[in-house]
Amino acid sequence: MTTKEYESYYVPAQSHWPIVGAVALFMIAFGAANYVTDLKNEANGYGGYLLLAGIALVIYMLVGWFNNVINESMTGKYSHQMDHSFRQGMSWFIFSEVMFFAAFFGALLYARTFAVPWLGGAGNNIETGAVLWPEFTASWPLLKTPDGTETTGMGWFGLPLINTVLLLTSSITAHFAHVALEKNKRPQLKAWLGVTIILGLAFLFFQVLEYSHGYSDEMQLYLTSGIYGNTFYMLTGFHGMHVTLGCIMLIVMFFRILKGHFTPDSHFAFQAASWYWHFVDVVWVMLFVFVYIM
Amino acid sequence: MTTETINESLDDAHNDDHHDHKMTGIKRWLYTTNHKDIGTLYLWFAFIMLLTGGALAMVIRAELFQPGLQIVEPDFFNQLTTVHGLIMVFGAIMPAFTGFANWMLPMMIGAPDMALPRMNNWSFWILPFAFAILLGSFFMESGAPNFGWTFYAPLSTTYSNGSTAFFVFAVHIMGISSIMGAINIVVTIMNLRAPGMTYMKMPLFVWTFFITAYLLIAVMPVLAGVVTMLLTDTYFGTSFFDAAGGGDPVMFQHIFWFFGHPEVYIMILPAFGIVSTIIPAFSRKKLFGYSSMVYATSSIALLSFIVWAHHMFTTGMPLFGELFFMYCTMLIAVPTGVKVFNWVATMWRGSLTFETPMLFSIAFVILFTIGGFSGLMLALTPADFQYHDTYFVVAHFHYVLVTGSLFSIYAGAYFWLPKWTGHMYNESLAKWHFWCSLISVNLLFFPMHFLGLAGMPRRIPDYALQFADFNKWVSIGGFAFGLSQLIFLAVVIKCIKGGKKAPAKPWDGAEGLEWTVASPAPYHTFSTPPKVD
Repeated sequence: MTTKEYESYYVPAQSHWPIVGAVALFMIAFGAANYVTDLKNEANGYGGYLLLAGIALVIYMLVGWFNNVINESMTGKYSHQMDHSFRQGMSWFIFSEVMFFAAFFGALLYARTFAVPWLGGAGNNIETGAVLWPEFTASWPLLKTPDGTETTGMGWFGLPLINTVLLLTSSITAHFAHVALEKNKRPQLKAWLGVTIILGLAFLFFQVLEYSHGYSDEMQLYLTSGIYGNTFYMLTGFHGMHVTLGCIMLIVMFFRILKGHFTPDSHFAFQAASWYWHFVDVVWVMLFVFVYIM
Repeated sequence: MTTETINESLDDAHNDDHHDHKMTGIKRWLYTTNHKDIGTLYLWFAFIMLLTGGALAMVIRAELFQPGLQIVEPDFFNQLTTVHGLIMVFGAIMPAFTGFANWMLPMMIGAPDMALPRMNNWSFWILPFAFAILLGSFFMESGAPNFGWTFYAPLSTTYSNGSTAFFVFAVHIMGISSIMGAINIVVTIMNLRAPGMTYMKMPLFVWTFFITAYLLIAVMPVLAGVVTMLLTDTYFGTSFFDAAGGGDPVMFQHIFWFFGHPEVYIMILPAFGIVSTIIPAFSRKKLFGYSSMVYATSSIALLSFIVWAHHMFTTGMPLFGELFFMYCTMLIAVPTGVKVFNWVATMWRGSLTFETPMLFSIAFVILFTIGGFSGLMLALTPADFQYHDTYFVVAHFHYVLVTGSLFSIYAGAYFWLPKWTGHMYNESLAKWHFWCSLISVNLLFFPMHFLGLAGMPRRIPDYALQFADFNKWVSIGGFAFGLSQLIFLAVVIKCIKGGKKAPAKPWDGAEGLEWTVASPAPYHTFSTPPKVD
């Protein structure tokens, strides 16, 4: 690193967006807490409204804050060093997301390797099985819980396989878009990015379709259907939320590209969105293996 | 970029931070992107939380002053212990260290500010809101969380008093704050070091915060995951921690402690960094074994990921699990021993003087080591069956957290107060603070070891008669320790208001870039980077 890069370091001016964001987060947290508490007590409260207002405020904050940053970037205030900071920040953010998913994968693996077999009497737990739930036999997917809730397993063939193909393809097209950007081929960039977004939206559509199959009377696979349903919906659900967020990011990038933003050597935001997209793709592959196939 | 554009952008940058340089009044603090302002906010917030959590502890000790129920109902007692723990961990110790990181890291590595200054502001300002929700729950219908700071299922799910949702969302915000703060620290250190400052030339203080930040990024999301499962178990009918649905309450403990054990190192590694800065300064020697300190800190951090189940020896793990976690835990004593050895070796044949930062640091070395040894005792699986969930555990973690982390925070505060305020603090008042704290803290926590060995369980509002005498002394120590902290408040306020003018480098043995700038440190430091050889 040279001294020059340090001299061009940009210390941003004070900003009111963070405190707006802090208030918004408070409204979301307090609103959501009140909402679920009221839900459980079957009471009516203001929690839901506060939650919605908080979400609206957080969107307002994000738009404002990002506008601010984009303007600074477009007027050339950022140095390479700032770019490095953003890139590293984004990579560590993605790492933290990986660890969030790790918690749920950990729960899935613990449940199927230890908790469920032990409930069925494996290891030194013969007494547990015999005394607590003598009727219970361990299996995975756990289609009949110790308390007798029954459900059906979601196979990997069909929709999940289609979705795997869609998402893997979209990761490749996202990479093609990135290559086109680096070679400054704008038409190809727009085309590949457009294809990526369409593939992402198609994935989400099929995911919703799959959920509606799960919740049909035929399958009776609900969020509440014991540990199998829990891990299935929590993992695919959080993944779906991340795909949604990734799609929004890509769509924003698409409009910024239409407006002529990004150059072959300065396109942090595009890079970040594409990293994020590859990340949700990798998580899906893990999901496909551990939730659907195994 | 060409040279012209660099110069232009440099001018822009300067215009920007000067024309609306320091707004006045409350707006300065709400909108600030300055690492020193944000550091100050973190430190004051942490101190206010320390006094709040301390006030809860005073009620606990008043209740335990004698056997029987005097002051509070058992359920409220549980709320007190829970919120006391949460506040001290997430509200006092962690923000205090983040405050140090904000104030000192940019100055120590010769950077103009943190790498992501606006996100820095956001990380701080969401914290008070999180604690507003947590403390606010005392005044709600449900009452505050009453399931212990470890919020074990099913206490926090099936048997919750209804405060689980508020607790979960408050923890989510604390987690977001910590992750953003940690990303900022990592990026700042990786990216903004002065030219010539290679990784192995960084002050050890910087190293410890670097490693701590990695731990935070790795485990705070796991905490977010486990509280999310708690939320859906309580409110949306999932059964992650319910055997009837195929889940397992013990699984909660595994996921929680996978976060929880690295978390305790998050609260002690920065303390190592502070003490490793102060002991060489007042010994007028270089830190003994710098590189071994770096490797020891890293190995402690790595080991912290494979020891979590030593908190769960009594849950009926398979024998292999018990042995694995016991040996891994005992392995941690090796790098920790390296550290203690290095601190002592640094002092060996040094020209020692005993100003307050040094007194707190020496007390840290001795008392933290006591806490470490009781930890080693707890690591022994067969012995742990006796110690588990007794006051011995309470004594252990208060020795590492109070006489460890908190003492290092005091040491650091006294050490850098001249740099922060531009005035020397009142040394004799500070010594009063030290000696009162030292005596009372040992009166407070040392007898707890014996209470625990004799079988007094933790988290109870009432106890058997034979524990009465020791509990009385513990309570007296507790009140004395609580009151002693007001002396610190007095020292700080006096120091801000005035006092002897501090030179740029008030401690003659101190080293580091932060002492090359004036005291108080100017609002913007190192807009051009210093050269480090």
